[in-house]
Amino acid sequence: MENTVTLTIDGESVTVAQGTTLRAACEEVQHPVPTLCWHENLTAANACRACVVEVKGSRTLVASCSRIAEAGMEVQTASERVLNSRKVVAELLLSTSDASIAPDLQSLAAISSADAERFSGGNTWAQPVREDNNLYVRDLAKCILCYRCVEACGDDAQNTFAIAVAGRGFNAHIDAGFGRDLPESDCVYCGNCVAVCPTGALIGKREFDLRARGEWDEDKITTTPTVCSFCGVGCELDLHVMDNQIIKVTSPLDHPVTHGMLCVKGRFGYEFAQSEEPV
Amino acid sequence: MNEVRRLLPGKQTSSSPISKERLVERGFDRALDYALALEPEEIISTVTKSGIKGRGGAAFPTGVKWSSVSKAEGSVKYVVMNADESELGTFKDRVLLEEDPLGALVGLVIGAHAVGAKKAYCYIRGEYREVEQTLARAIETLRHGGWVGPHGVEIEIRRGAGAYIAGEETALFNSIEGKRPEPRVKPPFPTTKGLWASPTLIQNVETLANVAILFAHDLHWFTAYGTQDTVGTKLVGLSGHIRRPGVYEVPFGTPMQEILDAPELGGTVSGSGRLGAVLLGGAAGTFLTPQEVKNTVLDYPSLGAIGASIGSGAIMVFDDTVNLEWVVTKLARFFAEESCGQCVPCRIGTKRILEMMETGELWTRTSDLRALGQAMKDASICGLGQTAPVALLSILERPELRHHA
Repeated sequence: MENTVTLTIDGESVTVAQGTTLRAACEEVQHPVPTLCWHENLTAANACRACVVEVKGSRTLVASCSRIAEAGMEVQTASERVLNSRKVVAELLLSTSDASIAPDLQSLAAISSADAERFSGGNTWAQPVREDNNLYVRDLAKCILCYRCVEACGDDAQNTFAIAVAGRGFNAHIDAGFGRDLPESDCVYCGNCVAVCPTGALIGKREFDLRARGEWDEDKITTTPTVCSFCGVGCELDLHVMDNQIIKVTSPLDHPVTHGMLCVKGRFGYEFAQSEEPV
Repeated sequence: MNEVRRLLPGKQTSSSPISKERLVERGFDRALDYALALEPEEIISTVTKSGIKGRGGAAFPTGVKWSSVSKAEGSVKYVVMNADESELGTFKDRVLLEEDPLGALVGLVIGAHAVGAKKAYCYIRGEYREVEQTLARAIETLRHGGWVGPHGVEIEIRRGAGAYIAGEETALFNSIEGKRPEPRVKPPFPTTKGLWASPTLIQNVETLANVAILFAHDLHWFTAYGTQDTVGTKLVGLSGHIRRPGVYEVPFGTPMQEILDAPELGGTVSGSGRLGAVLLGGAAGTFLTPQEVKNTVLDYPSLGAIGASIGSGAIMVFDDTVNLEWVVTKLARFFAEESCGQCVPCRIGTKRILEMMETGELWTRTSDLRALGQAMKDASICGLGQTAPVALLSILERPELRHHA
């Protein structure tokens, strides 16, 4: 067939559509590779290297999130080199960042049998939380520099370009320009960066406060789908409700209108729904 | 007689390096007239037959690269001279551009013709301000000759701003495009999607100079030096404990020991006079023991057999009083400083290696260092992260280097 390619993954032959990434192909044969920075609605950043696989003939391992499957490729998802890199990536991140509310990183650590202590004891990313507005908080001690927020703020969704990576090496960090507070930056508070953040480094103010008080309880949270009432676009919203209070708003990643992205009103303008004041 | 002068102008060369007379004296006018009258395929075929390999460090066959760019789809193509020389102990491109800037530029013009590019960039290291001015004047000389300009190829100089990583080819493209110099993931390779997402031919200064002397002469002349595997000569930069530090041009296949000892080359080890180790290829290179130096020649197969590579041609010499752990710590600091921070293995790995070196753990945490080094080699995005642990790992492989000093 012209529009497909056949390759081998862990010895198993698989035929996928042309243009399929190795990550997706691995998923298809149920040999999933772990990912951290990859996000289904964003351009692959290739930054975390958790998803590397071994391709026969390639000097280095390749990032499966962005490498396109080619006919005849022989891919290994669990070779010794792959397992070593995966484990070291997890260990390096654990030695640096606070993974307490980062489920993907926790699961990478678990499946790779990472030893959180192996590379710890050196410099970390511990730093004060930045609470400079009423909508979301930057707790960058949790950041793993996955670039998702930068891409969501840039041409993958919002096209605002309020944040970028600044500094280099271990000092590379997400910055709103010259270290500014968000109200002084170009941020429009759409919160799409918050929606894609995998570690809670960017987190809604409401959620941050509830967690700080120990009141955030996943078991008590229900979600209610609805459609945003602010304008006529028709964005689907998932209202996350705890104790009869809206505590967070997201949109389904597979929704054809939003792809998970919202504007400031849909994301954060939910207080009115529970106001007792007459309109 | 080990020293050759082909890439570097002969000592009797009298004309100014940027003059029209120099073009004639070096045969570059002839090279241009000859090459530009050829069909692009004929140029590429000659370059392929010459066996020139890239001199920036990766030793990729130049003809293959030119052919890929030439065949790549796209109406707009670019050629780029990579003069962002930043590898530790490497200063050959500076000397080459100071002494004979027209050579590399002629190679660039021929490359542009071969791949069908109308626009070329010279990306030069920011600190090389004087070299940049020389280069600019040399471009003017070619402009007066009609080779550069609207009817030939336009050449623009871009200056780096001090980041080692900007010498990585795809980071260099981002830098020219005005972006943060972070390397891009490959594939797509520059040959199909390089500068401004167009097919791009990017070559090191020395590679382009090789092209110029090839066309100034002929294949027979060009292949007179070198080995079966690697034709031609190589510029090496000798530094450290050596009596005659500097840039020398030697044929491939020259014994490493001769490079250090020959009176017209290194002129023997200085300091204590006893060789301790050689760091070959710069910060991203490999430590060689005195025994290995004795047994190898400057060629890829010979060095490859002991896990080493010529890299950029940097040869740093250490006498037997130098504490190599201190050297490795300095190298670790360099990489931690120069990592762009994009990928995890390099961003955090270079930092952890530095911390371990500073606390003197080189020989006590070898298995952790090996695991970390392997992950960096395997999983980093670009050559910086992939080679950052190489010198360190090479010393772990050579325990005999542990005890001196």
